[in-house]
Amino acid sequence: MTEQTGQKGKGPLIYRQSIWTRVTHWVWAICLFFLLLSGLQIFNAHPALYVGQQSGFEFDNAVLEIGAVNTDAGARGQTTIFGRTFDTTGVLGMSGSAERPQFTAFPGAVTIPSYRDLATGRVVHFFFGWVFVFTMFIWFLASFINGHIRRDIVPLGADIKGVPQDVANHARLRFHHGRSYGPLQKLSYFAVFFILFPLIVLTGLTMSPGMNSIAPFLLDVFGGRQTARTIHFVVMLLLVGFFIVHIVMVLAAGPFNELRSMITGWYRASPGTPASQGDKP
Amino acid sequence: MNGFKLNRRKFLGMSAAAGSGLILSGCDQFDFLGQRDNQVRAVLEQANVLTYQVQRKLIGEQTLAREYSPSEIRQGQRPNGSTNPSTAEYAALRAADFANYRLTIKGMVEQEMSFSLAELRNMPARSQITRHDCVEGWSCIAKWTGTRLGAILDMARVKPEARFCVYHCYDNIQTSLAGDILYYESSDLVDAYHPQTILAYGLNDQTLPVANGAPIRVRIERALGYKQPKYVHTIELVDDLSPFGQGKGGYWPDNGYDWYGGI
Repeated sequence: MTEQTGQKGKGPLIYRQSIWTRVTHWVWAICLFFLLLSGLQIFNAHPALYVGQQSGFEFDNAVLEIGAVNTDAGARGQTTIFGRTFDTTGVLGMSGSAERPQFTAFPGAVTIPSYRDLATGRVVHFFFGWVFVFTMFIWFLASFINGHIRRDIVPLGADIKGVPQDVANHARLRFHHGRSYGPLQKLSYFAVFFILFPLIVLTGLTMSPGMNSIAPFLLDVFGGRQTARTIHFVVMLLLVGFFIVHIVMVLAAGPFNELRSMITGWYRASPGTPASQGDKP
Repeated sequence: MNGFKLNRRKFLGMSAAAGSGLILSGCDQFDFLGQRDNQVRAVLEQANVLTYQVQRKLIGEQTLAREYSPSEIRQGQRPNGSTNPSTAEYAALRAADFANYRLTIKGMVEQEMSFSLAELRNMPARSQITRHDCVEGWSCIAKWTGTRLGAILDMARVKPEARFCVYHCYDNIQTSLAGDILYYESSDLVDAYHPQTILAYGLNDQTLPVANGAPIRVRIERALGYKQPKYVHTIELVDDLSPFGQGKGGYWPDNGYDWYGGI
């Protein structure tokens, strides 16, 4: 075994992702797909978001409203955010073809089912909600024990210092494939696992009148049931944003290598990565 | 430096392919889950049974729903579902200002009973300012006044084998070729005996309006709006929900919604 210090040739094949990381990754991927599409179905049943305990019908506490309006030019889709109204015909409020317009907030292409069916949206959402939370529990337990959280997720001082350099490298699409994650990777995964995932679960539970009776403090923490619903929606948007960046990074960093590591666990590190026991050449 | 030389064109092409794959994925491949008798759906629905069981274990039988201060009543109670029943029976009662209304308690009780509206109003009352959460997603805070259902059930002496209360209503929520479909709902006895479960005849210090369920509406405060049946005329104690409606325990559960309604 020779120590690879040169910049040429292949780096070592390292065992990077444990079985726990890989299985929970794919279970989550499936869950989030169904949770997103069924969640948009549920949102379509009342396509407005508010701040506070209740929804203002005789006063205005809405921060987002999506709907269709009749204008001189015919029906149009409209989205109002913080009092500012935008024409979103074709995407939000009104979509589909001119002959067969569809008047739902989010179009049928991104909801499960594709037609209006709140009951089914709820069935799908709560099933995958349970699987999601169960998987989260498994991940936290396994990753705490096997050191994944400590090694790869929690950003340390050195990681924070390395952020500017890492941003510069990302901007040039120049990636270092190391044994553990880079500063930006750590920061984004930390945000997802320790902020976004707990937030979306807790705001979801805050919408349950049953849970409100046993955990009324959640209503206070999130500033009311309707605020919790708004936060749930915003966290959804952040997770969609994370997903898009995640996919772009996988494509940019080498989709074959990245996918292999998340399926088999084995990852081709950059040339020059110090060898370690268990590596394959 | 690294092994993967990024070709900008290839990169953009792959991104576009991934993006369009995401858009197409939603369409209608999962519409089969909307079929009420689908086997996969039946599996997914088990999650609602789990939710019910976990919440019942987690939450005390007497644990109260949050009550709000009067200043948080900022609007009228938004009516939804039936707002003006058109059945002849209800129209006649309404014309006489519900003077002839009787609430009947029957089924698995030692003593079947019935109460006039005046009798219900003369019993010890409970008022509560609570938040009404519609399954659609909106919430509305209002003050509800009524008679505790638990006290009435105690008067009728519920038999030990009873497991559910079925709430029969006057409103024709849907009209089909076979005639009117009348609203009904049901709850377990935990919800029926819950301290905040009342037969409400008052809303925001006024007589309960027709749009909100006059003369009597059941309030089950730890559940969604569809578990608060309006225009109730009979409460039946049973050990089995299958003989009623489509057998799922309520009009909306018959239409695919979860029976528990606590989430």
